[in-house]
Parts: sequence; structure tokens; C-alpha cells
Amino acid sequence: MGQVSVPLRGILKLAAVAFVLLCPSYSRASEVSLHGFLQGNFSLNTASENPNGEEFKWAEERLQLKMEAVNESSLLFLKTDFFYDHVDDDTRVELREGYLDLVYDNWDLRFGRQIITWGLGDLVFVNDLFPKDYEAFYSGRPLEYMKKGVDGVKAGLYPSFASFDVVLVPSFTPDTFPRGDRFRSSQDLRGDDPAVTFENTEVAVRAYRSIGERDVALYYYRGFYGMPSVSSAGRLFYPELSVYGASVEGRAMGGILGLEAGYYDSGQDRAGDDPSVPNSSTRFLVAYKRQLMEDFTLGLQYFLEHMHDYSAYERTLPAGFPKADRLYQLATLRLTRFLMHQNLKLSLFAFYSPSADDYMLNPEVKYKFTDNVWAAVGGIIFGGEADGQFGRLDRNDNAYLQIRYEF
Amino acid sequence: MIRTLLAALFFILIFAGGAHALGGAEVAAKSQEAFFYQGGDLKARVVMKLITKRGKERVREMTMLRKNFKDKEQKYFIYFFRPADVRDMAFMVHKYTGRDDDRWLYVPAIKMVRRIAAEDKASSFVGSDFTYEDVSGRDLEDDTHELIKEDVLNGRDCYVVKSTPKAGDMDYSQKLSWVDKENFLPLKDEYYDRGGELYRVFLADEIKDVKGFPTAVKRTMKNLKSGHRTEVTFKEVDYNVGIKDSLFSERYLKQPPKKWVR
Repeated sequence: MGQVSVPLRGILKLAAVAFVLLCPSYSRASEVSLHGFLQGNFSLNTASENPNGEEFKWAEERLQLKMEAVNESSLLFLKTDFFYDHVDDDTRVELREGYLDLVYDNWDLRFGRQIITWGLGDLVFVNDLFPKDYEAFYSGRPLEYMKKGVDGVKAGLYPSFASFDVVLVPSFTPDTFPRGDRFRSSQDLRGDDPAVTFENTEVAVRAYRSIGERDVALYYYRGFYGMPSVSSAGRLFYPELSVYGASVEGRAMGGILGLEAGYYDSGQDRAGDDPSVPNSSTRFLVAYKRQLMEDFTLGLQYFLEHMHDYSAYERTLPAGFPKADRLYQLATLRLTRFLMHQNLKLSLFAFYSPSADDYMLNPEVKYKFTDNVWAAVGGIIFGGEADGQFGRLDRNDNAYLQIRYEF
Repeated sequence: MIRTLLAALFFILIFAGGAHALGGAEVAAKSQEAFFYQGGDLKARVVMKLITKRGKERVREMTMLRKNFKDKEQKYFIYFFRPADVRDMAFMVHKYTGRDDDRWLYVPAIKMVRRIAAEDKASSFVGSDFTYEDVSGRDLEDDTHELIKEDVLNGRDCYVVKSTPKAGDMDYSQKLSWVDKENFLPLKDEYYDRGGELYRVFLADEIKDVKGFPTAVKRTMKNLKSGHRTEVTFKEVDYNVGIKDSLFSERYLKQPPKKWVR
């Protein structure tokens, strides 16, 4: 058994703080509940072994405990995972979420580690700049593991004319990319985190309301790209980023149509001539979903990323580097079919990039054996041009099994 | 004297005629009102048992909150307790008449509220034998309603109404409803498929008076073809509990007030 690593200290610290803060009030009038699951998750390579020689991209047993204590105006929530990782032969504890909510009539506050998701996309993100775990997705883990928590505070403000979420994150959490020892043609993309300072605090705001029968939202983000860049000195760092965006969604064409756009302002490369920092860009998403027949739905998305100052980019791109397109395009398809009183679910998710000419497919079959036990088997299949984000991972196809007992 | 008698006879004829003139459409409208619109709002703890032909059970447990708005619009808020994999999931419907409803679902695992694209007419509600329409009602205008006879069901006098969908996109070609003459609750619905064969039966198994509103607290929908059935029990029901408009919002989908979903 390996060592119990750093997150545990965080949990203990948080638990201690929570205990001190909450004990007096919670011991009086609170309802405590405990839920969670036991899970096995195994993902076997089907194209080639890992660079580290292992056959599995992922192999673990996991226990998740969700503890919630509620009283009239506050809530304490801890979601902690304990798992044994067979690939690295390591036992770990991970605090997935741990927060305290204070709830008032027209506002609320959430302190601590929390998962935040917004925007309209299905696995395509424009204005959701909260950290993601792409390795989890590419390794055949349950979808919820694609979202990582942030350590910060979120305020919800609910005046009558609109609702607002204001998020402050003092310590940056980057995206997680496939590890070099488990994924071929991948390297550990882990940069130096920005220093924890007042100026580096990430700010994310969403204002939303309905107009007529449509849901409308405005977004703002100030922080850093989730993917590191390589500086001229060879250092991996997270460039500054501000994003201004909007979305609208409602019924249309017999289904639900959504439009989302975001302007990515790359503060450290406004002229677009620094090859180590991404240029500014404008990103668009059109999303449509509808029911084709009973228990059968279709989802289609088209994503566009238009790079600004493209000529400056072309001019300064070092020789030998693969050149990105001025207009990156990505289409997605999701088909979901329920059978047997929704106990059997067949689904297919496909990414295809017309500009990069590469793709990723994720077919899955999920069955609920009882109200408490389900299992899913599926595949992650990459292909296409070798310099695309999916084509590059061509030799990392895997077949996975997820089995869970929930309580 | 004769004039008085004639006048009396005239009124008797008018009233008797009037009583008989209660047409299929009126009975259907009153029945819809009694079954889906009673009270200004409703709060219920609902247990749904999905039972296969062989007797294997799955259980869904939820709190359902409903509020009436003008023009027969309604809002529904449904919070799930069971099964474990949908615990904390919450579901919201803005129901309109004459056009498709808006629906949102909160997925707790990723803390996200998203609109869902499911049509009322032919979608099973959480895998049960009930469709969304069975749960929240069907537009009266979508069918023609005909009063075909009067009948006695379990000792209750009933109107029997035949409802025929105007559009041809439904699973059923017609529905026969036994509507209680006194309280207008549907006591039994029979659904006939396109071939004219009976394939689905709804029964109101137990009616209870809640704050003066007769309420079907036990209901069953049985699919005769598959042998699968769904039994619904309204464990706690209350009307006019003072649900605020603001409850039907993304904020509360994500954080349902314990007062309401307990």
C-alpha cells in the first residue's frame, strides 16, 4: 500500500475548521445524511500498451462518501473519495468537494472546494473556464470526474430582475491532461501555478435570467488558461486570460436550440506575435437537441474557434511547429437510447473536427441491475490526422468497465 | 293555473335537458380540473413502484410541488430521494397550454442545470408506465371528447367519455374515461392502441379527501401487453401550502429548500 498523500492533510484541516465553526449550531438542529458508492473502474488498452508498459489506462476500486449536514440556513457538504490505483499501486484520498453554504432570502454563499459548471455545451466549453480533467474522460471514467473542484467562494445574488453567480478563486487549479506514462504521444502538461496573490485571484461571473421563454446569460472570467504554455526559457506556465461571453437557449425547431459565444482576450499576447502564448480568439457554439422518438434523443453541436491576429501568429511561429488553423471547427453528435423502462441505456458521443480532420468516439452501454447497482461498458476511440488533438492520441484507444454500488 | 304548470314543465325540461347536455368536452374539462388543477398549489411525497411481470420492483421516491398560474399554466418542481443514483436530482417543468412545455433537470454529479428535450406526448416518466402527460395532464384541445354512456364503477355513478386524439402521432387511438359524477375524478382510463385493442389501464385505487379536495392518493397504470405496472402512492398530500413563485428557479433546483422537499 502506498502512502496517504497530500489531500488528506487538506481534508483534516477543513474538517477541523468546519468542526470548530459549526459544532455549536449543528449539534442543536441539523439533519445529517451519509451517502456514497463503491466503484470499480477498469480501462484496458486496445491499441497498444501504455508507455509505462501497463495494460490498463485506469484500474481502481473507489469508495465515495458524501456527508451532508443541514439546518435552516446553512449546509455542510463533504464528498471524499478513497481509492486504490492499481496502475500506480497507490492508495489515495481525494476531497472532491467540501463546502459550507450560508443561505439567506435573496443571496447565498458557498465557501470551500466546489464543482461549478455553466454554459450550454455538452463536453464542449466556451464560458465554463472551471478546471476539467481530460485524462479522466479519455480513460473511460464516469463523466462526473471530468469536472474538478475549485477552492474558492461563490456568492449567489438573486434580486428580482436577474440572478448572479460571483466566484472568487484565490488559488488556481489547472486542467488535467493525459499523463505521459499512461498515454502515448502525450506529455505531462503541468505548469507552475500562478502565485497566490490578490491580483492572481480568478474571478468568474454569470448573470442569468429568462427573457420570454428563453434562458439568457452573460459571462465574465478573469484568470488563466487551463492549459500551460511553454515560455522561451522552456518553463511551463499558465498565460493570463479574460473571457467575455453570452448565451441564449430555448425551444426551437421541435427541440432545444442554444447559442453561446465568448471573446477570449489573451492579455499577455494582445498583438498575437508571441508564439509561446495563445492568441486572442472568438469562440462560438451552436447546440441543438431533440427527441427523435420515445426514449431516443439526438444532440448536435458545432463549435468554432476563430484565432485573432492570424498573420502575426503565422509570422512568428517557430519553424517545425505544427500550424493551427485560423478557424478551428468541431462537430459533436450524441445519441441516447433508453430501453427496458430506462434500465438499459445505449449511447454514442462523437467528436469530429472538420478542420483538423480527426475524431473521438465514445460508445457506451449502461445497465441498472437494481436500484443500487449499475454497470457500464464502453470504448474510447481516437483517430484521424496525427497533429489534431484526437488524432494525436490514436494509439490510446481503450475499452472500459465501470461498476457501481450506490447507497 | 295551466300557465303555471306549463312554465313548471318548461323549467323541468330545461333543467333535465341541461343536465343531459353536459357534453363530453365539459366532462373532460371538469375532470382535468379535478385531477390536475385542484387548489392553488400542491405538495406531495410520492412513491412510485415499477413492477415487472415477474414481480421485480424498482422504487422512485420524490417530492412533487405544483403551482397554478394564469391561463391554466402550471409549474412543477420534482425532487428525487430514491433510487440512490438520482438522489438530489431535481426536475422543473413550465407547463403551457397549446404548445410544448419547458423542462429543466439538475444533475447533481456535475452541479449543472440543463434543459431537456423530451416531448410530453410519448415519453415515459422516469421509466414508469406513466407518460409525462399522465403526470401533468394533456391539452384538452388535442382530443375530441364524446360522452358515450353512463355507468356504475365500484358503486360510483360515472360518465364515460371517449377521447380521440386529433393528431395521428399518439400511441393510442382512443381513451375511455370513467369520470365520477360527483367529484369528476377519473376512476378508470382505458387506452386502446391503433388496432383498437385495449393495452393500458389506469385506475384510481384510493380517493381521499384532503382539505376538501378529493384526491387520488393511490393510482396504478398497467401495461397489458408487457404485464409491467406502476403503482403510485401519494404519501403526504397537502394543498394551498403557499409555494412561492421563486421556488421554480435554477437557484432552488440546485439547492432545494429543505422546508419544501423534506
